[in-house]
Amino acid sequence: MHTHIVKSYEAELTVLDRKLGQMGGMAEQLLGEAFAALEQRNPERAKAVVAQDKVIDQLQRELEEQVIVMIARRQPLANDLRQLMAVLKVASDLERIGDLAKNIGKRAEAISGENHPKQLMTGLRHMVDLTARSLKDVLDAFSQRDADKALKVWRGDEQIDALYNSLFRELLTYMMEDPRNIGLCTHLLFGAKNIERIGDHTTNIAETVHFLALGYPITDERPKGDNTSSTMVHKSS
Amino acid sequence: MTDNSIDPTGVLPRRIDVRSPASSARLRARYRADTRFRWYGVAALAIATSFLAVLIADIFAKGLPAFWQHSLRLDVPLSAGIIDPEGKRDRTMLLGADYMGMAKSALAGAVPGIEGRAAKKQLNEILSTGAGDELRNAVVSNPALIGQTVSTKLLLSDTADLYLKGEGTRISQTAGTRGIATPSGTSGEITVLTSANDFSEALQAVKKDLQSKATALVAEADRLERLKSSEAAERIGVLRAEAKELQVRVDNPNSDESLDPNIPSRLVAINGGLVKVTKLSNSGITGGVILPLASASDAQPGTWQVQTYETPESNRNVKDAVVAYLERFRIQGQIEKGFNWLFFTAGDSREPELAGVRGAIVGSVLTLLVTLGACLPIGVLAAIYLEKFAPKNRLTDFIEININNLAAVPSIVFGLLGLAIFLNFFGLPRSAPLVGGLVLALLVLPTIIITARAALKSVPPSIEEAALGVGASKQQAIFHHVLPLAMPGIMTGSIIGMAHALGETAPLLMIGMVAFIVDVPQSITESATALPVQIYLWSDLPEPAFQAKTAAAIIVLLAVLFIMNGTAIWLRKKFEKRW
Amino acid sequence: MDMSISSGLRAIKEASVWAPTKISARGVNVHYGTKQALMDVNVDIPDRSVMAFIGPSGCGKSTFLRCLNRMNDTIESCRVSGSITIDGQDIYGPDIDPVELRSRVGMVFQKPNPFPKSIFENVAYGPRIHALAANKTELEGIVEESLKKAGLWGEVKDRLNESGTSLSGGQQQRLCIARSIAIDPEIILMDEPCSALDPIATARIEELMDELRRNYTIVIVTHSMQQAARVSQRTAFFHLGSLVEEGETTAIFTNPKDQRTQDYITGRFG
Repeated sequence: MHTHIVKSYEAELTVLDRKLGQMGGMAEQLLGEAFAALEQRNPERAKAVVAQDKVIDQLQRELEEQVIVMIARRQPLANDLRQLMAVLKVASDLERIGDLAKNIGKRAEAISGENHPKQLMTGLRHMVDLTARSLKDVLDAFSQRDADKALKVWRGDEQIDALYNSLFRELLTYMMEDPRNIGLCTHLLFGAKNIERIGDHTTNIAETVHFLALGYPITDERPKGDNTSSTMVHKSS
Repeated sequence: MTDNSIDPTGVLPRRIDVRSPASSARLRARYRADTRFRWYGVAALAIATSFLAVLIADIFAKGLPAFWQHSLRLDVPLSAGIIDPEGKRDRTMLLGADYMGMAKSALAGAVPGIEGRAAKKQLNEILSTGAGDELRNAVVSNPALIGQTVSTKLLLSDTADLYLKGEGTRISQTAGTRGIATPSGTSGEITVLTSANDFSEALQAVKKDLQSKATALVAEADRLERLKSSEAAERIGVLRAEAKELQVRVDNPNSDESLDPNIPSRLVAINGGLVKVTKLSNSGITGGVILPLASASDAQPGTWQVQTYETPESNRNVKDAVVAYLERFRIQGQIEKGFNWLFFTAGDSREPELAGVRGAIVGSVLTLLVTLGACLPIGVLAAIYLEKFAPKNRLTDFIEININNLAAVPSIVFGLLGLAIFLNFFGLPRSAPLVGGLVLALLVLPTIIITARAALKSVPPSIEEAALGVGASKQQAIFHHVLPLAMPGIMTGSIIGMAHALGETAPLLMIGMVAFIVDVPQSITESATALPVQIYLWSDLPEPAFQAKTAAAIIVLLAVLFIMNGTAIWLRKKFEKRW
Repeated sequence: MDMSISSGLRAIKEASVWAPTKISARGVNVHYGTKQALMDVNVDIPDRSVMAFIGPSGCGKSTFLRCLNRMNDTIESCRVSGSITIDGQDIYGPDIDPVELRSRVGMVFQKPNPFPKSIFENVAYGPRIHALAANKTELEGIVEESLKKAGLWGEVKDRLNESGTSLSGGQQQRLCIARSIAIDPEIILMDEPCSALDPIATARIEELMDELRRNYTIVIVTHSMQQAARVSQRTAFFHLGSLVEEGETTAIFTNPKDQRTQDYITGRFG
């Protein structure tokens, strides 16, 4: 691909990509930090997560502003236009991811005094690892404009949904076993839901990357693995 | 935005139905109008072209023969005793010798037996008065020729030349003669009798001529009678008497006739000589010998002829004798036709065969040089000032309008102005190219100013702005950039102006450049004439040969104009910049 | 991480970098005869940046541009009042010679107008009349440097003796830029420099302007507000002979303060 005749335009586009990459990295990091705070019941770490989210929000505002200025000044077309729109969408997905991570952090702070069973944590960590890897992959796909990789991430969301399903049942079981667990488990359930939502945003990003790279949206039917909305207690027990 | 009447789909029915008969009729009418207009253009062009073609064809038909000249080749003995009796080979002596005399005696030697002053004079008439010039030039450039006999081309006179170019008479000859002809002598007034009635055809032809003449006289008398004019009555009587007399001669078919110059001449070629018939009967003639007969012995049938010079002698410039001499030389192969270089190397002359346009061309060139030198700098500078520097106010408007008016002033007015100012006030020499040039400069100046302004205006202002933009002063911008770009246009305008000046006659008449000047002018203060004035002068002269010279000079003028305009076009094409 | 973000921000927000004022106009009025073409224009143009003038046809933006190098002096009926200073010096003052001023303030015109001479002569003309070169070698040096700065050297170095008019439109315009750079001006005025060019040639000129603003103050008049948005750091909007709004280009094009500016740039009038 040729570079733009106007070098500053090219530079601005590069900066935009790099900045989005940094934002993605921060979101990824934030997810890990939030889960660590939850796992270690460390309120200090949890507070740091809440604070860090502000930086992501700030970055998203900046990116938005820059995209607007660039649309106004550069009149982008074709892949340039797709890139700017993609940055805008991905930035808002990442901002949501940041918010969800922050929410996990807040919950970590709330349940930091309580004891929680190890096996619950294992399922959750598994989910976080999977989501974090998806996020990393999709960000790589973005920077490389790799539609195949994005498609792979997009398909991988099913796994996260499946994990969430099993975790959901597990938490329900715990709550039924001992009502004292309900408080903790509800927080954990919301945490798991947040992670599942992060997975959904990752999928959105994957769709955006596909459109950015190829110019048309993904036409396949997305595999849906999250059936918790139809899961009932009596049925599962 | 507020207009709700527009159909939201934006589809409106077309107001014009292109398939309706009215519409297609309109379309056809439009094409017809187109075609018609094209034909008007073609017709206009055709008419203009045919006018031009007629003009050019006429001028060329008249003028082209003048570019050729006949001369007579004769062996001329260059007698040392006549040319240089002292033997010093002195140049003045050589130049002053009587070459014409030598040419004349050589001519007399070529046609022996011519006797009598009148006959000798007629013989000499075939030579130009400048016939000796060729000899003089040959001798002066090579004195070693003295004492030898040199074969030289002697220039023929204008009448002889015109005759040879076909402007004399047609000569017809009887097919064969049936009787034996007996001449009574070899020279002087002789009779020729024939054993058969060999002259009856000629006699009948003469009677027929007389008949037609009589008829013409009667017709004229009838015409006058119809006018019922009292003064014409006497004239009518004379005409009728003449007609009657002629009729009597016609009615008597075998009576003798005497010939006069008003009817075609008859001649008898016999025994190597030529007899001009004065009296004619069926069996014999009486006449004067033009070319002497070899002997007075009988001529056998077929060896002698009766010739007719069909144009009556009174209707042509060449006399019968001259025709006879020229015909003899022609048969002997002594007449040569060559390009008329003299026309380009000689000045004006009273003798058509010696007159040339060189003096006029040089005069025109000198005049145009003065014109160019005077009006180009003034015109261009005036144009630059008016176009680029002059403030736009009433005064400059006034000047502009008057320059345009000046271009429309009749040229004769400029002549009067030149007469009053240059000749009477400044006392400059009359008839000189200096004054002519200045007067023509006045004439051409408005043209040059106008074309130079147009040329300056046609240079895009962006060029001047560009120069100003890099910090050039206005004067630098104009002289470095605008003027060089306008120069082809200015040169074109100047050349066309010069061409205009070249063809201008009237103002030159006013300042005296209309004089008869033989010498080629050497400087701008000498008397001179110009090409168009030369044409004007020649066109006025009575000699038929000058009519041809006039047309030839017009051809020269047209050629010069053509070259000048061609140069203008070439300059424009070559240096024209596109941007 | 924070550092690289802020460097990216700098690249984008360069427009807001403060620069000293190069040209300052105060209360400028221009009359053509009895018609007033400019009314009380006040504007400061920062040094080493691109300033764009936009506005509908006949709004006075070109007139104002031509005031900056006194090109209006060549129009007889034109009168300029008010003050325009360059580096604090009044260019309409009595000690300023317009011809000298124009060697400090170069100009590039709407239609590429190279002299119908060779490429070399086009660039060499300015240095020659200002005696900037002592000998031919120096002159050749100036020509080469100017053509390099104008990004044209590579394309024309083997045919310097060919006519300037034989180049393409975009090349001609860059030649005109090289010609104005050759006299080492401080300011380059551009009067709709790309209006006769195709988009790629336009992009090249725009890139060139981006390069040149490191060394020169550039003022550009353009009909294309997109171009103003692309190339300039500051933009001024003229309407009916008045300067309506002036400010940072990003602000003018994303959030103009005056309703007329908003309506013009969004295609609602003008």
